[in-house]
Amino acid sequence: MLKITDLVKRYGKGDPVLKNLDLTIEGESVVSIIGSSGAGKSTLLRCINRLVEPTSGSIVLNGTELTTLQGRELRAARRKIGMVFQSFNLVDRLTVMENVQSGRLGYISTWAAVMRRYPKKDIRRAFELMERVGIAHYADKRADELSGGERQRVGVVRALMQDPEILLADEPTASLDPKTSEQIMGLLRDLAGELKLPVLINIHNVNEAKIYTDRIVGMRYGRIIFDDKPDSLDQEAMDQIYSGSPHADRSTDMKEAS
Amino acid sequence: MSTIAEKFGREDWSRFTFKQRMQRYAAFALSALLLAWALGSIDVIWVWVWDAPEQMGDLLGRMYPPDPSNLGAILRVLLETVNIATFATALGVVVSLPVAYLAAQNTTPNRATLWLGRLILVTSRSVNTIIWALLFVAIFGPGVVAGILAIMFRSIGFIGKLLGEAIEEIDKRPVEALEATGASRFKVIVYAIIPQVMPTFWAVAILRWDINLRESTVLGLVGAGGIGIILQGAIDTFNWPEAAMVLLAILALVVLGEVVSAFLRRRIL
Repeated sequence: MLKITDLVKRYGKGDPVLKNLDLTIEGESVVSIIGSSGAGKSTLLRCINRLVEPTSGSIVLNGTELTTLQGRELRAARRKIGMVFQSFNLVDRLTVMENVQSGRLGYISTWAAVMRRYPKKDIRRAFELMERVGIAHYADKRADELSGGERQRVGVVRALMQDPEILLADEPTASLDPKTSEQIMGLLRDLAGELKLPVLINIHNVNEAKIYTDRIVGMRYGRIIFDDKPDSLDQEAMDQIYSGSPHADRSTDMKEAS
Repeated sequence: MSTIAEKFGREDWSRFTFKQRMQRYAAFALSALLLAWALGSIDVIWVWVWDAPEQMGDLLGRMYPPDPSNLGAILRVLLETVNIATFATALGVVVSLPVAYLAAQNTTPNRATLWLGRLILVTSRSVNTIIWALLFVAIFGPGVVAGILAIMFRSIGFIGKLLGEAIEEIDKRPVEALEATGASRFKVIVYAIIPQVMPTFWAVAILRWDINLRESTVLGLVGAGGIGIILQGAIDTFNWPEAAMVLLAILALVVLGEVVSAFLRRRIL
């Protein structure tokens, strides 16, 4: 279970990008976060694995408070949080297998990592997952030889190799064509079910959010103004989510907002 | 129908305003003046300049034909020169790796280490190889060790600087992705940074080896080993045919180095 309480993030002295945000994700549900660019979707996701440092508030994942962790403890917590990125963020000059195994970097010894001597069970797991998403035959290819959809599959497998307790996806389909985009969304949904994994997806495509996710969270400049089943997202709610201006919304009183 | 020029009343255009033009002339005149002053202040003995062609002919006459009687010794020392260059490049590459890591803004641990890295780079690069050689000859005595260290010290700055810049220009998104997996700093470097700077690393190492080959031919002039010692000896004893032979050998070596490095570049990059 992921429980976010009263989360605030501001960059420098500016208006807060996240304003006293509360969000709870239970079970193995697939949750999508929608909202216009700059609403704070990306920042929210990055606060969870601390790629972005939250200003205040609390984020608890299965009993572990994430906001106060440092060094070794932070890295141990990050192992349990998989992340999939918009531009895949693979290391182009490494092979698909090396990219996939880099999801295990938090577990294996430095020597094994440098020498590429991965544990047998990690290799078996990698082939299983790659077979599952249809990229096993690319194992020895360099990552930059693959197409966009295939590269994102590598990204997904890398995240799953971490044996995560939650999967974060930051606009995982925004760099892909419509067809591939649907395949990846379908894959994320199916994997969530198969691996009993909660998935949190930032997404611009509202249609895909409705089709592939169990719950939609609508953000408007720093706060959550919609949180319900996809069926309840009507035109009025959509207009609410995609209106407003960044400055006016962010600078209004913070307490009144939540 | 009126033309556009008539309609808008504009047919004059110049790249610079009158004031800008005058400023440019002034800058030009100032540069010419500076050059003239520089030439006047260095005390050229013009008589020697004018009879240079004659002297050149005379020298070539004395050098011809090159004397191959000492070729065995020359080739042996030439090999030593190659070894100095290769060994010094290898050492320089190894030492410059951590220096590049310190001198790159996105990998250096803190500001103090950044400045330490930069200090090492600047020190290494601001001193010429020959000066380094003089220094190391004074410390280690004449010979190959001084030569290797001199070439190596000069190489650290060169390789470290270019490699550090390559590290600063990497795509940082894979770095973020690997940090998100819970990988330690060192593992992130090995998996996300090193693969990205690998092409630059090889290109810089090969280029530096190429340069070091040339630099190591003059080390002998200050007693730091290599082919320069024989050249110096030949010139000091007015043995011009042998000097010519040494120069030809150096030329052949440089051409060979060029060929080898071009080949390596094609194969590796």
